[in-house]
Amino acid sequence: MRYAETGYNLEIDLSKGNIERVETDPGDTGFYLGGLGTNAKILWDRVPPEIEPFSPDNLLIFSAGLLCGTPAIGCNRTIVTTISPQTLLMAYSMMGGFWAPELKYAGYDKVIIRGKSPDLVYLWINNDKVEIRDASHLRGKGANEATGLIQQELKEPRAQVSAIGLAGENRVYFSSIEQGRSSASRGGIGAVMGDKGLKAIAVRGTKDINIAQPDRFMELCDEVLEYIKFREKTPIRGVPPILAGLGSPQEMTTHDEQWHTTNFAWGNARYRKKDFWTEEVEKRWTESLEKVRTRLISCYNCPMKCGATINYPGLSTYMMKCYSKLTYTMASMTDLDFGFQIAQRATEYGVDAFSTPQTMAFALELYEAGILTDDDMPGMPTDSEGRFLWLLDRIVQREGIGDVLANGTYWAAKQIGKGAEEYAHNNIKKHEQLPLKLGMLNPVYFLMYCTGEKINITQIEGQFPQAPFPKREQREEFVKDWFQVPDEKFKKYFVDWEPRGENSIPYYPTPQMTCDIVDWQEKMHYIDDALGMCAGLSSFPLKPPYHLHNYPQFIASGAGIDMDEDRLNQAVKRCRTLVRANNVRRGMRRKDEKPPEDHWKKRFPELEKELLDTYYKFKGWNEQGIPTKESLHELGLDYVYEDFEKRGVYSDNDPPSKEPSTDKEKEI
Amino acid sequence: MGEKKKIIKTIKIDADKCNGCRSCEVICSAFHAEPKYSSNNPARSRIRVIRDPIRDIYIPVCAGEYTPAECMGRDKYVIDGKEYDECSFCRASCPSRKEFKEPDSGLPLKCDMCEGEDEPLCVKWCITDALTYEEREEEVEEEGEEQEELEIGLESLVDKHGLDKIMDTIARISNKG
Repeated sequence: MRYAETGYNLEIDLSKGNIERVETDPGDTGFYLGGLGTNAKILWDRVPPEIEPFSPDNLLIFSAGLLCGTPAIGCNRTIVTTISPQTLLMAYSMMGGFWAPELKYAGYDKVIIRGKSPDLVYLWINNDKVEIRDASHLRGKGANEATGLIQQELKEPRAQVSAIGLAGENRVYFSSIEQGRSSASRGGIGAVMGDKGLKAIAVRGTKDINIAQPDRFMELCDEVLEYIKFREKTPIRGVPPILAGLGSPQEMTTHDEQWHTTNFAWGNARYRKKDFWTEEVEKRWTESLEKVRTRLISCYNCPMKCGATINYPGLSTYMMKCYSKLTYTMASMTDLDFGFQIAQRATEYGVDAFSTPQTMAFALELYEAGILTDDDMPGMPTDSEGRFLWLLDRIVQREGIGDVLANGTYWAAKQIGKGAEEYAHNNIKKHEQLPLKLGMLNPVYFLMYCTGEKINITQIEGQFPQAPFPKREQREEFVKDWFQVPDEKFKKYFVDWEPRGENSIPYYPTPQMTCDIVDWQEKMHYIDDALGMCAGLSSFPLKPPYHLHNYPQFIASGAGIDMDEDRLNQAVKRCRTLVRANNVRRGMRRKDEKPPEDHWKKRFPELEKELLDTYYKFKGWNEQGIPTKESLHELGLDYVYEDFEKRGVYSDNDPPSKEPSTDKEKEI
Repeated sequence: MGEKKKIIKTIKIDADKCNGCRSCEVICSAFHAEPKYSSNNPARSRIRVIRDPIRDIYIPVCAGEYTPAECMGRDKYVIDGKEYDECSFCRASCPSRKEFKEPDSGLPLKCDMCEGEDEPLCVKWCITDALTYEEREEEVEEEGEEQEELEIGLESLVDKHGLDKIMDTIARISNKG
């Protein structure tokens, strides 16, 4: 019997209309873990670097995490993996919600999509019955709208639906896959879904998920529940309120937005408004939020309330989470009320709430600078709100200048030319980053920005405080109940960290300490992405209920896999290395691993070089960031080494940057 | 007739506090698995969140009695401007709905308040307090009330069918037993 996982994947070939149920190798689960780990292996095996994002041979993998569908609290994430049209690297965007557990109950761990359907279709997975159904009547429908229509026509309100909106259908490079209260947004995976002619996947399941050692597993769940209650009552002192609790940042309950609005940048990630937050703004924004917020909501089997149902007067209902509350507002330099208004349209279109507002702000900067002119923007309104709505429509419909902007700031700037590249200043690996510009280089964040392969800072940070607390006593207080640390030395790293003087950034933490800290933070995210655990209860907040010490027991008692801390470290390192291997094979090298030029005002080239050198060595990668023969052998990934050798990867330090070929779809 | 103390076990449902997470369904189905906690499947749960997120409808309902017949008519409730579907508040396992039946066998499910536990586990796992547990003692007349009900019921049957037919039927039922 298989435990925690079902042991079956669905293989769907949309070109042939073929559906297969395929038994998986239980050995792979122990070796790579589920979720992201096995996704990375499938991508490695079946999507070599010659295959382009919009090739029918690119795979789009929807995976439930290993522990989704068990009673593990907060374990509900779907890990979607494909080759990104924007970065041309492996994308692995994730979403919470209800879809992944439902897939497990239907009897599958993953849905692997290949090929392209000539007509728009959707997939209906109802336990053993799986159908490819016509979706021509859903063309152009909003993501939530399509979800409702599908549930109605299937007469199954309990079906969980992941759908794309018009942006995905039109292959916008930052289109998302929406699932009611959640979305897999980063990396343009919605565009790959649209390219495959797949509007949605609906799933309903009524089967059991088995637990290997039920009593032990439930003890662990009870401990997590108790610790969540404890942390709810005991917020962390010394950090901004938004970082003091569990869950993803509690944007739907928080009225105090001083930290975000004065620390993060407005417009095209340009302007700090240090004096923005006033009593008057707080009053107005509180009213704006309370006017539209109907209910605080959660994902499957999670007591947190990170999301909310939003009813903006005159618009259809949608659900919002986290920082999308502010990204449109701040990029458009308007007000929170407008943020709620435009987010409704953006959610139905299905677009990423980081890249989209930034791309629109970028377009308006180009317009102000005369690089884009009235000829490019015919009929654009004169006010900020009107302009943002106008641009959003053009982008999603790929109309006029929108067709260029729909490829994101990196590719749009290249195509526009005339100095536009300088305005696409906030990218890493061609992907728009959080709008944040700071003063002094932080060594931990430097390494995370450079080497994070989700290419999104929130997906690598979390376990270690972002800044030292002012007084030593405060730091000593903080470490007292910090049992989550992998090793006692981390407590010392933090206690000795000073805001100023010898033990302060950029030279402290030292490069070696920095490696330890980054590795720990990253490791937690990779475990979450394999198990399907929400980062909000694990890798993202300080002092979370899930950590390196209870995870091995969760995996052992839940999935029946022989697991301890050493084995888990090794498995997660393998998964992480395989993600890198996929990207290295696609040409990613040291030259790509750098933060946005203007992310920090004060930069330290020699220190930065030392940090990267030390970290690469620490990880078992060579000076180009390529995993070495020895480290691959130690992980049992000799086949990766052999492939690298065959392709001449080790001797090719400067592979040409790939250009996406946009006319590929005409071949079919 | 004497007085008897009876414990009334109540799950108080504050639907306004429900965050829609379905933890109640998770722990219920795990607890009632055989062996206990060995599997998980919300479709087997004896509590279900009747939910429609876009319409902001979240009603946790615990499984009540099995009934072999559908209702003759249906009700619709409108509360605070929200229209609730027929059956939204109903606890019955009945032919007109999928809820509260074993997915394989179709056999009815009924909430047993997690016998043997300090409180029903759906309540324990609902830390948003949409579900809370209350026990209260009520004094009831021993036998008396039931006796009275039985008499009223039988009298109405006698009125309808005649005493002979009822006697015959009772005799037939007792022979079967």
